Amino acid sequence: MKKEKKMTVTLPLEEYAGSGNLACQGCGAMLAMRYVLKALGPRTVLCIPACCWAVIDGPFPHSSLSVPIYHCAFEAAASTATGVKAGLDMIGDTETTVVAWAGDGGTFDIGLQALSGAAERNDDIIYACYDNEAYMNTGIQRSSATPYGAWTTTTPVKFFKDQPKKDINAIMAAHRIPYQATASTSYPEDLVKKTKKAKGIKGTRFLHIYAPCPTGWKSRPEDTVKLGRMVVQNCIFPLYEVESGEKYTLSLKIKDKKPISDYLKLQGRFRHLKPEEIQTMQEEVDRNWARLLKKCEGN
Amino acid sequence: MKKVIMGNHALSYGALLSRSQVIAAYPITPQTQVVELLSEMCADKTLDAKFIKVESEHSAMAACIGASVVGARTFTATSAQGLALMHELLHWASGGRLPVVMGNVNRSMAPGWSIWTDQNDSLSQRDTGWMQFYCASNQEVLDTVIQAFKVSEQLAIPSMVILDAFALSHTYEVVDIPDQAKVDEYLPPFRPPFRLTPDDPHAFDGLTGPENYFELRYKLQKDMEKAPALIEETGQEYEKLFGRRLRLVEDYLCDDAEIVLVSSGTAGYTARVAVDDLRQNGVKVGNLRIRVFRPFPFEAVRRILKKAKKVAIVDRNISYGHHGIFYQEVKSALYGGANGRPLFGFIAGLGGRDITPATFKGIVDHTLAHDQAEEEIIWIGVKK
Repeated sequence: MKKEKKMTVTLPLEEYAGSGNLACQGCGAMLAMRYVLKALGPRTVLCIPACCWAVIDGPFPHSSLSVPIYHCAFEAAASTATGVKAGLDMIGDTETTVVAWAGDGGTFDIGLQALSGAAERNDDIIYACYDNEAYMNTGIQRSSATPYGAWTTTTPVKFFKDQPKKDINAIMAAHRIPYQATASTSYPEDLVKKTKKAKGIKGTRFLHIYAPCPTGWKSRPEDTVKLGRMVVQNCIFPLYEVESGEKYTLSLKIKDKKPISDYLKLQGRFRHLKPEEIQTMQEEVDRNWARLLKKCEGN
Repeated sequence: MKKVIMGNHALSYGALLSRSQVIAAYPITPQTQVVELLSEMCADKTLDAKFIKVESEHSAMAACIGASVVGARTFTATSAQGLALMHELLHWASGGRLPVVMGNVNRSMAPGWSIWTDQNDSLSQRDTGWMQFYCASNQEVLDTVIQAFKVSEQLAIPSMVILDAFALSHTYEVVDIPDQAKVDEYLPPFRPPFRLTPDDPHAFDGLTGPENYFELRYKLQKDMEKAPALIEETGQEYEKLFGRRLRLVEDYLCDDAEIVLVSSGTAGYTARVAVDDLRQNGVKVGNLRIRVFRPFPFEAVRRILKKAKKVAIVDRNISYGHHGIFYQEVKSALYGGANGRPLFGFIAGLGGRDITPATFKGIVDHTLAHDQAEEEIIWIGVKK
């Protein structure tokens, strides 16, 4: 008799994100939510400002998630979550994990003040930013998370974005919060592990989750997972953790660092770029990677 | 217990006696002492509450909203520019039906920079769905905070307790500070019928299409319409326990008055002094102080002004391009019905519900079929 082979289960089996949601095909933000909830479990409250997830969940009176959601104002995810946590504490619920769940616009741009305020106070919340690198819910406008070179509807190809992506992780590290980490939806075990770790820590925790967006990036939905791997392996979006703003740890060592050109080719938003512009991007990536390795030295 | 306290501290004592559980606030002149005293009360555990020292008024109201939606009693205080910064979230609190209570010290809007009083800051928030109480004494400030929590929590509508900059905020008066036990008897703990909890997970305040939004706003207005009776009722209940009646309006010598002054805030007490003087000189004058501006006390205003030959309305505010705001509101209360040619007020199309030629035809048909409007608001196409 043939010996039965058991599949190794590397992720929690419980599902808190249901089908019937309104995500686009190949949506990375959907994967991000699914994995994070697997890690956090049912005693979780989400505060979601204006972003794709304000729509993905489903319109009133429906919800595709089995955890409660408070749909809050655009620039107020962190401060609303702070209030939720304080309110829960006062009514005797100290167990529930309170999560602000926002896109890059709501985090890097309009919500940055509230996020900085919560981080400075070290409010006991997890702030998760799923980063699809533009205002996708309003129809692909540039945010300060949009990378150099990208086309969006407000950075047309003749005037593409000529500033690099804002370094949100350096900003958060400067707040000396107890825990922050980057993650990619294509490394779900790593994302789940970091989310669980964040759950066990008190104070402000920040998760920066790379979430490909076929609609906004003009990529194929079936390439979402591939893009999420490539962006880590070419070191545009390295996976790492920072504790107390000082202790940097790489989550995945990159032995064979790939050039960024293959990653760019899969996305229509970079199609207009000339070789010298790609070279400019590559140099920026190399500089950032070297800077990060230096910070990680000794860990 | 009687104490000599400033108006700002009357707000703090009101929040203390109401057993506020979460306070989120940001300093602004002339409100600052409200939060200074509350932070001391929280620090020495006189008040068992979380005090969130936020980085802006916007975050103050956002935190209050978050705390309220999970079922905690919440309080904040602000003024002028701070209130304006909160504007978006004032809609959020009322639209989300959260009974947050906020003190607002009436301060003029910049520019030019001014820290002195007028009402344009709070009246600019007229249509945000908050109840607005304009106070005339420090005692009334304290009493109103307690009453506001009671009314707000019963109706699921937030309240703004308003006091004049300096004339009340920094002026010391004798204030009777009620016993905590009696306040507890008056104001039971906050137990909302719906709250955000993992025990019964729902999504609150999400995307609401034209098929539902209109009804949510209809319900807010219907509950706001219940407020005048509830304010009178809870004001009488307050009188039984504390000896002070809290009313929608305060009428002073209006019964035989040929001229009735209409005023609000501290000017409402100043007007009474003037009335006394004028009466001594034989002028038949009275004063109607409007304490509750939202909901507007239509019935009381109409009843009290019915016999007056002339009405003189004093506005410490202006709606640029229109008139003084209390003036236009009183005028709207007196117009229509028997006081002029028939007016019909229709509400249609909230939240993107279609307004079609048929909507207008229905409006015309209704107007033709009635000599007078039977209601102040005729709702077009709402699912009741």
